Amino acid sequence: MPDYFNLDALLTDEERLVQQTVKEFVDREVIPIIEHHARDGTFPLHLVKPMADLGLFGITLPQEYGCAGLNNVCYGLAMQELERGDSGIRSFASVQSSLVMYPIYTYGSEDHRRKWLPRLASGDAIGCFGLTEPDYGSNPGGMVTNAKKTDGGFLLNGAKMWITNGTLADIAVVWAKLDGVVRGFLVEKGMKGFSAPEMKGKHSLRASVTSELVFQDVELPEENVLPGIEGLKGPLSCLTQARYGISWGVIGSAMACYDSSLNYAQSRIQFDRPIAGFQLTQEKLVYMLTEITKAQFLCWRLAHLKDEGTMLPQQVSLAKRNNCEIALNIARMSREIHGANGILDEYPIMRHSANLESVKTYEGTHEMHTLILGQDITGIQAFT
Amino acid sequence: MNVLVCISQVPDTTTKITVSPDGKSMNPQGVKFILNPYDEFAIEEGLRIREKFGGTVTTLTVGGESAKEILRTALAMGSDTAAIIKDEERQDSYIVASSIADVARSISPDVILFGRQSIDFDSFAVPSMVAELLGWPNISMVSSLTIEDHSVTAERDIEGGKETIEATLPCVIAAQKGLNDPRYPKLPDIMKAKSKTISEHPKSSAVRRVNVLDMKLPDTKRLNKIFGESDQELDEVVRLLHEEAKII
Ligand SMILES: Cc1cc2nc3c(=O)[nH]c(=O)nc-3n(C[C@H](O)[C@H](O)[C@H](O)COP(=O)(O)OP(=O)(O)OC[C@H]3O[C@@H](n4cnc5c(N)ncnc54)[C@H](O)[C@@H]3O)c2cc1C
Repeated sequence: MPDYFNLDALLTDEERLVQQTVKEFVDREVIPIIEHHARDGTFPLHLVKPMADLGLFGITLPQEYGCAGLNNVCYGLAMQELERGDSGIRSFASVQSSLVMYPIYTYGSEDHRRKWLPRLASGDAIGCFGLTEPDYGSNPGGMVTNAKKTDGGFLLNGAKMWITNGTLADIAVVWAKLDGVVRGFLVEKGMKGFSAPEMKGKHSLRASVTSELVFQDVELPEENVLPGIEGLKGPLSCLTQARYGISWGVIGSAMACYDSSLNYAQSRIQFDRPIAGFQLTQEKLVYMLTEITKAQFLCWRLAHLKDEGTMLPQQVSLAKRNNCEIALNIARMSREIHGANGILDEYPIMRHSANLESVKTYEGTHEMHTLILGQDITGIQAFT
Repeated sequence: MNVLVCISQVPDTTTKITVSPDGKSMNPQGVKFILNPYDEFAIEEGLRIREKFGGTVTTLTVGGESAKEILRTALAMGSDTAAIIKDEERQDSYIVASSIADVARSISPDVILFGRQSIDFDSFAVPSMVAELLGWPNISMVSSLTIEDHSVTAERDIEGGKETIEATLPCVIAAQKGLNDPRYPKLPDIMKAKSKTISEHPKSSAVRRVNVLDMKLPDTKRLNKIFGESDQELDEVVRLLHEEAKII
């Protein structure tokens, strides 16, 4: 794994140990089986328990709720290692941690925390996050899913789409409008009127479950609303957490592609020499290593800003935008270096490349992050 | 049952190794160090012995400040205490074994576990030297272990087969791959391990018995061989892969 500027030396013992542990887990448990799951379009559900036992869900949340209580460098390194295996596995952990456990911890009542966090941390419960709708993707503020106040609680109606873990989930954090204001609701599996059919036919993130969530007059008890937040900043603050993890995660995919490329280039002989000996191949390998190195340091610094409490959402946008783009470029170049072999599932390249197409789009498209940064720099919004 | 597990820090198998300018030592610059993979089996076995019989697991290493990292791994996996024999220099196996034997005498464990070999210098020497220094039985290459009362039954890997051996406690065991399936340290336990103290012990006053004269990287030239398709030649390919390349 590339570490050209010895980032390792800047890590603490615990950070290194977390990385090493997750790396070994991924090498032993994920990489040998993942291609098979990607081919079959199935999520390796049997990994949920071992991932939970390792402490991968809600890594930064306090130990009193059954979580690991580690810092953000550890969180990032863990995401990087998971995504070195597969973006789908990392997505599972991101959703569980940043999009479900984080809002319950941050905006939930003490009862919500005590009820859900230990179960989500131990993998006894799986969560999902419903924001995107068929007609509202980049513009979630326009959502039509809505809740109406009733005597004993709320009546929820509407539909969500593209929801990771939806079909598997025991608990869905659903964002819906109540009197025109976005609120977070906890919708539990089996509630009358709630269904979560899986979406099929994906060419990307095939080892991850993506679903629709359908709400038809779902009756929610009064206590199933998150009391601590109102407005779009609720879901957006969760996305900042998840995007932070993605910024690290995609470095893992890029590393897997780089490692495979370097190996392949050194052993593949054409015109009587290894293809690594051609300048055009070297240029590609140099691009890969340079961009991976820059991305690593961007993330490392971002982690420290996050731990200090000074990280800005725009900084996360910059990291997510940059790192997804370079990771996808690296995956495509890697495919070129592998020639025809690059399209086979004997190598991880095509899987990473296809996965990264989703990762570049979800959690704010590349374009949306450009506009967020553009607005921050110029003071002029260019969304509408 | 008190267990002492001895572990060492080795370069990551994927690290590119170079020789220092002195021509006799490994250049540590830019090398990533990890817990010796065979030692993971030793730690796991130690933890299983404690889980079955009670007692404590102490993990020990000989090395510099940076070697504390592998002790943290052992603590995070569940070792009760950790100790280091501080030595920044690389010593010969005799000094390492003498230092470990000193500590073993002071804590008198019932079993001492090692990995079968340290994958850096491959001396295969320390476990048997420690056993000899203590006057204890030693079983190497152990792929299955049963302890009952004061007797130990171990299966060891021998060329092309297995051998079953019996000995009595206290004894020294060197773990082979397959002995168990080592657990991963849990992330919350990594945090807890941070606050545990690592005790320090002096190295033995024993004198070095061997000196390194020269260290070289292997020749990487490829030896190409072309074989025909007859059964005989296929047998020859299998034999060479097994005996020379040692990859099957
Ligand atoms: C595999 C997968 C898993 C997902 N998981 C989840 C999940 O768990 N929960 C969840 O809520 N959502 C999830 N999503 C949804 C994801 O967040 C959305 O797909 C994403 O926000 C983009 O929305 P959209 O697909 O509707 O694209 P659109 O918003 O329709 O955008 C289409 C294109 O138009 C561009 N565009 C849109 N507006 C502008 C503008 N103003 N200026 C310039 N360009 C613009 C976009 O950048 C994009 O290129 C997932 C998506 C995928 C693919």
